[in-house]
Amino acid sequence: MYEGVVQDLIDELGALPGVGPKSAQRIAFYLLAAEEVDVRRLAKVLVEVKEKVRFCRVCANVAEDEECRVCQDPRRDPSVLCVVEEPKDVVAIEKTREFRGRYHVLGGAISPIDGVGPDDLRIKELMARLADREITELIIATDPNLEGEATATYLARLVKPMDIKVTRLASGLPVGGDLEYADEVTLGRAFEGRRLLDV
Amino acid sequence: MSLYRDEGIVLRTQKLGEADRIVTVLTRRTGRVRAVAKGVRRTRSKFGARLEPFTHVDLQLHVGRSLDIVTQAETLRPYGEPIAADYARYTAGTAMLETAERVTPVEKEPVLRQFLLLVGGLRTLASGEHESRLVLDAYLLRALAVAGYTPSLDSCARCGSPGRHRAFAVPAGGVVCPGCRPAGSAAPAEETLRLMEALLRGDWPHADGSEQRHRQETSGLVAAYLQWHLEHSIRSLRLVERV
Ligand SMILES: [Zn+2]
Ligand SMILES: [Zn+2]
Repeated sequence: MYEGVVQDLIDELGALPGVGPKSAQRIAFYLLAAEEVDVRRLAKVLVEVKEKVRFCRVCANVAEDEECRVCQDPRRDPSVLCVVEEPKDVVAIEKTREFRGRYHVLGGAISPIDGVGPDDLRIKELMARLADREITELIIATDPNLEGEATATYLARLVKPMDIKVTRLASGLPVGGDLEYADEVTLGRAFEGRRLLDV
Repeated sequence: MSLYRDEGIVLRTQKLGEADRIVTVLTRRTGRVRAVAKGVRRTRSKFGARLEPFTHVDLQLHVGRSLDIVTQAETLRPYGEPIAADYARYTAGTAMLETAERVTPVEKEPVLRQFLLLVGGLRTLASGEHESRLVLDAYLLRALAVAGYTPSLDSCARCGSPGRHRAFAVPAGGVVCPGCRPAGSAAPAEETLRLMEALLRGDWPHADGSEQRHRQETSGLVAAYLQWHLEHSIRSLRLVERV
């Protein structure tokens, strides 16, 4: 245990996802030794991100305005929509530069054991977007694990009566993982080789 | 003994830290085990889909201080694939996994019959031979029976007087005669009680031939009976779909 504010810092850092007590201590002492200007910049960004960033009203991706950069970009193909679980998946897919359409962030996957059903995700919003005839292909890029697959199955069934092509990322992605951990090449290939989802 | 080997069905996974998961597995010999699978969320993980829910897996585990650690995993049957490919199956299957965890409250207490029942239930569900909700209700009734809560269907659950009584009292444990019938008992159709019997026995020709309204009534009774006797609600039941 350390004195007052140093311990407070370690506790705050240790509460972050993926940061264990040892890492928290290491980061805290790094910050103590760092230049004051660098630490101030970090603190400023932390405050700014809470003040400025919100979620896009169209796709629920992170945004600095009412709509995110992708939704605002007129060069993006409005006929293709890619469904992901979280905003961090948008980042992973953007890195591949394979996809030129738009996104829809669900906010998770269907997981009945955790009490998460279709009504707890942004599926109603998705259906509203699809009802507007512009979209001709829906790419389902939920995580390649059980909940992601079941969510894809659910969406494909829901969209089936509409005249929209539903595809799923190719199974080059090893199942069981999180989409965000896929490397760019693998994820890019999964986009190219996407398959029709038939239910 | 610091290393041991067992086979089991993965019931549940929870994220742990950056890339690990805690997996809950109902095993054949050891009972219900919780163990850490390291690096499993990375897409290059050696475990891949082997530690996803529904998978029948052969495991090697290292005994840890609080949680054991999975050191090897080989798939025996990948039930997750056919189950996740059909939404009604997926919701029914998830309720089976959640119930399996609830009927095995003590970790590492051998529960061979519950294990065998779950394997059989998942195999039937994955095959798609019967309506998924029927498979679920058959599993729930039998899991309760193994846990010591067989519903009484051919004699009064209170006084034992024989007969296919028509009132069903969840707290009493089954059908009750007119003399014992507590207020608020359900009055299901005769066919509903026969369907419950068929599901308990595994009489599939009878169950497959049943009518939708009796299946629905059965599901309602089974859900009430299950949650009363487990003294716990099964979260995923709310999301179960029929076909
Ligand atoms: Zn947007
Ligand atoms: Zn009686």
